[in-house]
Amino acid sequence: MNTLAFSLLTQAVTAGSEATYWFPPQASTTAADIDWIYYFIYWISVFFTVLIIAAGLWFMIKFRSKKNAPPAAAGHNTALEVTWTVVPAILCVFIFYFGLTGYMDTHTPPADSYVVNVTGVKWAWSFTYPDGTVSDTLHVPVNRPVRLVMSSEDVIHSLFIPAFRTKQDVVPGRYTEEWFEANQVGEFDIFCTEYCGTKHSEMLSKVVVHAEGDFTKWLAQAGNIHERMSPVEAGELLVKQRGCLQCHSLDGSPATGPTWKGIWGRNEKLADGSSLTVDENYVRTSILQPQAQVVAGYGPVMPTFQGKLKDRDITAIIEYFKTLK
Amino acid sequence: MSSLDTTMGHSAPSHAEDNYLTHAHGIKSWLLTLDHKRIGVMYLCSTVGALMLGGVFALLLRTKLLTPGPGILDMSHDTYNRMFTLHGAIMVFLFIIPAIPGALGNFVLPIMLGAKDVAFPKLNLASYYLWVFGAVFFVTAMVAGSIDTGWTFYTPYSVTTPANGVIWATMGVFILGFSSIFTGLNFIVTIHKLRAEGMTWFRMPLFLWAIYSTSVIQVLATPVLAITVLLLTVERTLHVGIFDPSLGGDPVLFQHFFWFYSHPAVYIMILPGFGIISEIVGVHSRKHVFGYRFIAFSSLAIALLGFLVWGHHLFTSGQSALASVIFSAITFTIAIPSAIKIFNWLATMYKSSLQLTTPMWYAFGFIVLFVIGGLTGLFLAAMAVDIHLHDTYFVVAHFHYVMVGGTLLALFGGLYHWWPKMFGRMYNEMWGKVGAVLVTIGFNVTFFPQFVMGTRGMPRRYFTYLPEFQAFHIASTLGAYLLGFGIVLAFANLAIGAFRGRKASANPWGGATLEWECSSPPPHDNFAVTPTAHDPYDFAHLSYDEKTDGYVARRS
Ligand code: HEC
Ligand SMILES: [Cu+2]
Ligand SMILES: [Cu+2]
Repeated sequence: MNTLAFSLLTQAVTAGSEATYWFPPQASTTAADIDWIYYFIYWISVFFTVLIIAAGLWFMIKFRSKKNAPPAAAGHNTALEVTWTVVPAILCVFIFYFGLTGYMDTHTPPADSYVVNVTGVKWAWSFTYPDGTVSDTLHVPVNRPVRLVMSSEDVIHSLFIPAFRTKQDVVPGRYTEEWFEANQVGEFDIFCTEYCGTKHSEMLSKVVVHAEGDFTKWLAQAGNIHERMSPVEAGELLVKQRGCLQCHSLDGSPATGPTWKGIWGRNEKLADGSSLTVDENYVRTSILQPQAQVVAGYGPVMPTFQGKLKDRDITAIIEYFKTLK
Repeated sequence: MSSLDTTMGHSAPSHAEDNYLTHAHGIKSWLLTLDHKRIGVMYLCSTVGALMLGGVFALLLRTKLLTPGPGILDMSHDTYNRMFTLHGAIMVFLFIIPAIPGALGNFVLPIMLGAKDVAFPKLNLASYYLWVFGAVFFVTAMVAGSIDTGWTFYTPYSVTTPANGVIWATMGVFILGFSSIFTGLNFIVTIHKLRAEGMTWFRMPLFLWAIYSTSVIQVLATPVLAITVLLLTVERTLHVGIFDPSLGGDPVLFQHFFWFYSHPAVYIMILPGFGIISEIVGVHSRKHVFGYRFIAFSSLAIALLGFLVWGHHLFTSGQSALASVIFSAITFTIAIPSAIKIFNWLATMYKSSLQLTTPMWYAFGFIVLFVIGGLTGLFLAAMAVDIHLHDTYFVVAHFHYVMVGGTLLALFGGLYHWWPKMFGRMYNEMWGKVGAVLVTIGFNVTFFPQFVMGTRGMPRRYFTYLPEFQAFHIASTLGAYLLGFGIVLAFANLAIGAFRGRKASANPWGGATLEWECSSPPPHDNFAVTPTAHDPYDFAHLSYDEKTDGYVARRS
């Protein structure tokens, strides 16, 4: 089981103050509207459920008869039949209408929305901000509409933020969109809700809603990791953020890719029969052209990080590798 | 199934008269029978076997879900994922879809019509064996291919499974579907051609209207599955991009194909249940079914409208807003006939001569579950709310209420209603009621907490979960144990009744449909003389006879 997802799972959720019996907190501008429609249907449902169950039970007790009782006379009541057709029909029209307007509100992002690009890949999310900064948790400013432009690198995923009442499938081969405006500072859960294989249930993340001003500070900091941390720390952060640990373990356990425990200087057998020692250039090639030198016993499934990791990032990762004894 | 069948063929009801059970002996007389009643019994044993298999998987899953992580069963992610796939696929394709039409439809339909058999008895037997073959093929494909896609087989995840597993599995579904098509055709022709004298369309029992509508769906919807399998195969072999985005295909297209079949299939699952409940409520209330014509037409209306709502499964898929609006609107139109049916059943019970029998308890349990299942469907049909609830446990709870409530409780109700006819013996009434109450309560304890979990955000198909959801999972698991116990009890009571029960009269409930006019169990040919049909819910001529504990007709 691995790091990010696991720590998210074990740590108690920091639910906002207003979680109710049915709902997580209402942390977006549209959440209250959605909940209102939900409760509108809910009370209609409670009313009819109680009515029907009570009537059923009452009839079963009240009209219970002996076996030799004469059969009952057939009934007919036009007014009643019209009522129980028309009333549900009218209620359905209202529910449909509220559902429709609510949907339109949550699917029409304001023009000035802040755009974050989202990539789903088995089994991690990555969020890319306009300045090129990448993070594995979603950071957004409070009280500002945010539009997520999403795509998947493998199968269909779905990004669900219960506290915002919003969800959208993330489909390979096209972009899908989701928008919200957070109105409460805090941390909220992100789930993947479209089944995507083994660790679907651990494809979790968080959305961190920053107070006014804090977001820009966060972005500036997150953007230049090399200035604010040592290469080893930066390398450690990068492999976490870019989803490497979905396939590579640090503790020697087998996974989709070779473990990184003791990787530096290790003698590696390749699929073509040759062997080599893990050094700077080999790591660099492995990251930028993974298919060029495939380790024996593994499939050629590692995606390339060409254009996604800069030289400085790779240098940091190499420094980090040197510490993995 | 064989052990039960053979013993029955040899020894069971020691009735002196010649009936379908004693008409011929030996295992061969069962395996090669063309008698719709025996084929019905074979379907019953097979589909109940599938139910038990799917049920064992359900209990294993629920046991694992007592805790986050591998849990007390030390289950791995992949085992869990394969198991929920097997659970769903077996329950849907091997139990829910075939159980009622295959077992009760086969047994009751020709007798209700006053016919000696279905129109094509050989085709009927062929459907059964096709089903058996399909079932074995399907389960083998699922297990051998380690399929872990969920019963929905969504691309592109499913096409990345090794060894074309999904093509084989969908092929299995298609073979099963072919069996449905044959059965559906057979029933349609039988209903058109073999109705007894006097049985106009509007004197047809409501169960038959329901089976008729179901058959229409089976015949029209199943071919779409074939097209899907074909497209999957073409994509794989010729590398034409259809569903696979890496070839330029569109993975969401698969969801359209899948639900174009599977949403109508939801009505294949629920309509026969409606039919059974209409019979039970009418007969055990001893009162003419209220709104007969409406119920009959609504089955047809639901069958046809059911083809036009598949897109309500795709509100979050990226489908266009306009399409979503249209699908949402049509979905609401189906809600209304469903609601009216419930009011009609209640109105039938009102001021009736109600018999509080085991079937009546099941009918009530069905109504409870269907009301909750139906009303929670409104949340999902409302687009804005569905966005939040889609692919959470709310949906899991909703479709279990509708599909399991719809099939399982109706099947039990129907079995308890027709059991005296099928095997000529009564079951224990007290244990029958206990079973009905346990199943209804167990069901609610299992699935109600899932509505709360789902609204709070718990996604479905999760191996592990956040600690805040654990209390609900524990409640749900305990409910599942109770439900499992109730189901076993209910079947045990039936099985014991079939062998040891007191002999049943020809008409123990006072039903007015034709199956109550032949002896219990029915003779090989059903009727010595073709009967004449009257109003199926006019009970005026039936009076109770204490000696036989049944009702006798006094028609002048
Ligand atoms: C989808 C799974 C996957 C992801 C994500 C992934 N890798 Fe890999 N990686 C593999 C596989 C499989 C191999 C072995 C086959 C090969 O050499 O291409 C591998 C091999 C490697 C090797 C060579 C290892 C050795 O022991 O010789 C390095 C270095 C490496 N990956 C680095 C990374 C880095 C850095 C990242 C993140 C930026 C990453 N990988 C992300 C699957 C993955
Ligand atoms: Cu997922
Ligand atoms: Cu549907």
